[in-house]
Amino acid sequence: MISKPTNRKGSRNEGSSGDDKSRWDEVSVSTLVPKMRTEDLHAYFGQAEVLKGISLKIAEKQVTAVIGPSGCGKSTFVRCLNRMHEVVPGARASGQVLLDKQNIYQGDVDAVRVRRRVGMVFQKPNPFPTMSIRDNVLAGLRLNGERPDDPDAVVEKMLQRVALWDEVKDILGRAGTGLSGGQQQRLCIARSLALEPEVLLMDEPCSALDPIATARVEELIHELRKSYTIVIVTHNMQQAARVANFTAFFYLGKLIEHDRTDVIFTRPKEQRTEDYITGRFG
Amino acid sequence: MDRRHTDREYEGELESLRERVLLMGAHVEEVLALAMRAYVDRNVLLARGTIELDSNIDQLELEIDEAAIQILARRQPVASDLRFITTTLKLVTDLERIGDLGVNICERVAELGADRSENPHDPIPRIADVAQAMVHDALDAFVAGDAVKANQVIDRDKTVDAYYAQLYPELLPRMMSNPSVVFESTRLLSIGKSLERLADHATNIAEMVVFMVKGQDVRHSGPASHQ
Repeated sequence: MISKPTNRKGSRNEGSSGDDKSRWDEVSVSTLVPKMRTEDLHAYFGQAEVLKGISLKIAEKQVTAVIGPSGCGKSTFVRCLNRMHEVVPGARASGQVLLDKQNIYQGDVDAVRVRRRVGMVFQKPNPFPTMSIRDNVLAGLRLNGERPDDPDAVVEKMLQRVALWDEVKDILGRAGTGLSGGQQQRLCIARSLALEPEVLLMDEPCSALDPIATARVEELIHELRKSYTIVIVTHNMQQAARVANFTAFFYLGKLIEHDRTDVIFTRPKEQRTEDYITGRFG
Repeated sequence: MDRRHTDREYEGELESLRERVLLMGAHVEEVLALAMRAYVDRNVLLARGTIELDSNIDQLELEIDEAAIQILARRQPVASDLRFITTTLKLVTDLERIGDLGVNICERVAELGADRSENPHDPIPRIADVAQAMVHDALDAFVAGDAVKANQVIDRDKTVDAYYAQLYPELLPRMMSNPSVVFESTRLLSIGKSLERLADHATNIAEMVVFMVKGQDVRHSGPASHQ
């Protein structure tokens, strides 16, 4: 008896529904429709240059994985995509980051507004410890000074969207930190989604989770990409292979290769990509 | 593929797998060489002894399959490693079939016995020469990761097909004029068919080598795509 995979994409029949965009579609990097684009992006911590001129297109409503060894600049890169990089003292960036053709580093652009449109989920689930599950979902909105007309409807909608509603609908008043690690991470994703972002950045979202919780988050990523543009930073190359439509390989602050995920993992063009993903880096 | 993996144990597992494929290839080539010597010499004893060697090939096929599946499960290979493993898994099936065809040739040689009819132009050796060279070169291309050599093997299949196509027209007049050679000629046709089939398997291996080296699938796409 073959059991059904937790991750729906593991099931051939269900994964091939007509309206679902196939991972193996023939969209190439040269023809993809970008939601975001970086042009000659440089990032610094003090004198240290950690990104050395990255030009990369982020495909709209697709998942782009950023992979590379520690210190290659992949986390810094995603933090530049919603102007989180500059929050660190001494950190700065130059070049362009375009969101729907608007440079988010232009002088008159409000960084807080950018972060609403480009949300972020972090490595370690970080629900607000003093808040209930319900209040955690609404926290982002409240921090932005918004009071939704029907907060309960927002809470239900967002928890439904991250497939957490059925698990927590009877305990909404309990602390968010009382949930399992995987549930906490989905709660944090719900908190980000409550702000109705267009792009979701995920920095190692599963590295603290067990395989089952990881499969649930990956399943969620497959669902979310129908509505959102997703960029995921991961050390786990199998995860990139499972969830991403496109994969970008970074090394020493440079973009080495960006292509369809199936191309990267079966026939990469660059020797450095090949060496990294096959484990030949000394 | 000349760069070593950081994980030496993984490197060793891949190397050991490659060595076992080479060993299997060596056994297959030996079976073919002995089968053809038995044919040329009409040596029934050698033919029967050669049939016994096929079990080594079968055993290696099982071992290689097992090792490749272990690597897939435990290492999740990607890129050139993935292409190497998948090529290996498919290649051993063709190698095993080539070994079986060598056995078929030996069986026909055993049926022929020691006697032979007068035939100044035996058509079998020229087919065998090309077919055996194709097997040898396909394996060489696999070892060296040489797509150019693999493409040359693919191109040579036409020669074997052409020689095989001439076999029946060559043997038919002899059979019609001399019924005593019918038994022998039908065995020769069977041997020719085995050689033609094993050249097809060598072609399959060569096509897999092109995929392994270049990541490009050249099967079912005509000669133009082999370049």
